Amino acid sequence: MKKYILSLCAMMVAFMGTAQETGSILIKNGTVLTITDGVKENTDVLIKNGKISKIGKNLSADRSTQIVDATGQFVMPGIVDAHSHIALETVNEATNPVTSEVFVGDGLDPQDVGIYRALAGGVTISHAMHGSANAIGGECETIKHRYGTWDPDDLRMKNAPRTIKFALGENPIRVHGEGRNITPSTRMGVEQVFRSAFSEAQLYKKAWADFNNKITRTPPHYSRRMETLVDILDGEIIIHCHSYRADELLMLMNVLEDYGVSRLCFQHVNEGFKVAPELAKFGAGASVFSDWWAYKFEVYYSTAYNAAILVRNGVVTSINSDSGELIRHLYHEAAKTQRYGDLTDNEALRLITINPATQLGIGDRVGSIEKGKDGDIAIFSAHPLSVYAIPQMTIVDGIVKFDLKNDAQDMRIDIDPEEKFDDTFINLNAEDEERCMQDVYNELFLGESSQSHAGHKH
Amino acid sequence: MKTINIIIAALLMTCSIQAQMVEKSQSGTFLLKNALLHTVTNGTMKGDILIKDGKIADIGSISQAEAGSTTIELTGKHIYPGMIDGGTKLGLSEVGSVSLTQDYRELGSFTPHMQALTAVNPNSVSIPVTRTNGVTTVIAKTEGGLFPGTAALINLHGYTPQQMYAGFKGVQMNFPATGRRGRWDRRKDEDIKKDSEKAMKKLNGIWKKAVQYAKIDSAGTAGRKTRDDYNPQMDALLPVVNGEAPLMIEVNKDKDIKAAIKWVAENKVNAIFTGVSEGYRVTKELAESGVSVITGPVLSIPGRSSASYDISYKNAGIMQKAGIKVAIRTNETENVRNLPFNAGFAAAYGMGVEEALKAVTIIPAEIFGVADQLGSLEKGKVANLFICDGDPFETKTQVEHLFIEGYKVPIESRHTLLYDEFLKRDPGADK
Repeated sequence: MKKYILSLCAMMVAFMGTAQETGSILIKNGTVLTITDGVKENTDVLIKNGKISKIGKNLSADRSTQIVDATGQFVMPGIVDAHSHIALETVNEATNPVTSEVFVGDGLDPQDVGIYRALAGGVTISHAMHGSANAIGGECETIKHRYGTWDPDDLRMKNAPRTIKFALGENPIRVHGEGRNITPSTRMGVEQVFRSAFSEAQLYKKAWADFNNKITRTPPHYSRRMETLVDILDGEIIIHCHSYRADELLMLMNVLEDYGVSRLCFQHVNEGFKVAPELAKFGAGASVFSDWWAYKFEVYYSTAYNAAILVRNGVVTSINSDSGELIRHLYHEAAKTQRYGDLTDNEALRLITINPATQLGIGDRVGSIEKGKDGDIAIFSAHPLSVYAIPQMTIVDGIVKFDLKNDAQDMRIDIDPEEKFDDTFINLNAEDEERCMQDVYNELFLGESSQSHAGHKH
Repeated sequence: MKTINIIIAALLMTCSIQAQMVEKSQSGTFLLKNALLHTVTNGTMKGDILIKDGKIADIGSISQAEAGSTTIELTGKHIYPGMIDGGTKLGLSEVGSVSLTQDYRELGSFTPHMQALTAVNPNSVSIPVTRTNGVTTVIAKTEGGLFPGTAALINLHGYTPQQMYAGFKGVQMNFPATGRRGRWDRRKDEDIKKDSEKAMKKLNGIWKKAVQYAKIDSAGTAGRKTRDDYNPQMDALLPVVNGEAPLMIEVNKDKDIKAAIKWVAENKVNAIFTGVSEGYRVTKELAESGVSVITGPVLSIPGRSSASYDISYKNAGIMQKAGIKVAIRTNETENVRNLPFNAGFAAAYGMGVEEALKAVTIIPAEIFGVADQLGSLEKGKVANLFICDGDPFETKTQVEHLFIEGYKVPIESRHTLLYDEFLKRDPGADK
């Protein structure tokens, strides 16, 4: 009987783990863009049980291994997007300038067809982020694009470091200062929100330490918000900060220095080029748009050469999407750094592979084709930096998740039989899908000028 | 030579950086030698181009340079006609979130008399950013209600809107759309239905009046110089109703396209369809209608979640192959510079490079009735062209020279100037 229960348990575990199962694939004879070890012509990549096990010529595999012929094609590591909002039910908890207690991972949506569209652009991992309404937003989730599952847990990248969204400038000012008449209503106010939150967290930490060390006798009031902030102070969480202007970048680095926090990656960071030496010195990463600008005043003094300047100054730089549209062609967005700044092929490809992986703290597990790393691969018809490249196949953990040859027109998992086709809508602006301020406009500003809501809201 | 270039660049930088203004354009006579000429209309060949008085004065093998002309040696380089974007808000919006910098949407839903050309800001920072990617000419269009205004074709060079004007204006119409307008549209199903029926009724009402107005106008104005009333809206519709000018009809959803085809036929309107993002679903009807299409952005997500992930990439090619005349637009403002990449994606996903090139050059020129002036490298046409080091759709290609109406326009914009200033910032971090 005991044995029976045990095997039942084992079966249940096996069942629960199905979507996180791993596969074995041998990709034959492609041009392999390893990212960290050069370009290898006519080379095979063997993925065994979800991990890259061999890279070489004329590799063979056992019968259970799927064989993919990549002759004439380009094989690169799965693309990593350090800023996205796909697979999220909700994005912004826009009720307080500090909401470190919330976690977007509590509302993952594995049925978002956006995940499939990202896969169809070679993207295997994205950083599902809280929005930019609050100076200190919520924790984010690094997800693997294991499309096909109903279980939100299957999307999570196990043991990826915790990350949290911060935001500077117009968005928190507009939402809280203008929208709710509370601080911050200026960039001065934004600074003080951080200082006040971190100082309170220091006191909170001390209060608990005193209680645990029996110096005080009454337990302090438990606060999830403070717990997260303490974890930031302790270096357990990487800050990903929505930011644009050079002055505010410097401000946040100064604040973090005062509180001994060093794990920082700026997001968008359109004026990063102005203070690239300072970013490099601090060790802050920069995750930027390839060419978005002028959609609001704080990005008016921008340049599409931003990524190139940051790279040349030694800043760990990535190109992100922040959009359900751009995430489908990040390989093309990365290529723009060759038009705007003349980066080499490898420098450009790093912007969407190993660099974003490093910014998310998973650079030792993904982002390049190396033995022992996850079997996350994207295969293209031509060099992925060419405008004519078409993604052919995308593999996650050794399992084919997108295959152009087996691409059904309708790839939705969840189809509502009641849904009328008329309920779909047409996206006229390339950037309609940007969702950094999602939920905020709907809740706070709807009715103000509904037409413009479809447009730019980064 | 390289050192000289660097010195010149450095000199230019010192005098231009502070205001972040691009250098002045040069006028004159230019002989472009030994380039690969992608004429679009007469094939591709090695040869020369003479630019004089704003026109392509000669093309082919030109041995003798005229006195006073500037010769540019271009062995190994490519010359293409300037690209034309069939739908943008360039010049009409400066900062996306600052409403006071936006001039493309007037109050009211029946405002065909609102002239986009009037509000085009020749000094918009986005204009140099756009043209340095080889886009020389765009439609600047209005947005808004049923008849939001009149779009204008402009060249991306000039000090006044009139100087920029490139010879085409089109009254715009937003065909009454069924369905939701976006994620934020929370109307009830029955309200949506009612609203679209109401909009259709309104359109037909206006049109009936416009036809009536045209009749009275042609009867009444015979032999008279003054008019009894002032009706700028109806006046703006007159050339359209009289069949003298096309109507640019924005329509996207499949069933709306069908309804628009029917409406155009019933009212005998000379129409251009814009948007047409679900054209792939109604190719037969579209081809039969003979209506020309300006579609895009190509780089956009499908309008319905059930559609294939790459259908927006394929749409232009599917329509073109079905025999529809298709031009490509970005529908952008500050990133109209992505027109070559929109064309590149369309090319990769079925349209082919040659047809995609036409879709951003000669086809829009034909649709706007300016093909005798723009859209190809031909003797006598306006000298709108650019020189690059490779395929202009390919992402890494560099545009090296640019001519608009014969002016040699510098490859400079806020973006290049900031690059020049900040690539090697001095002082760096350690001052």
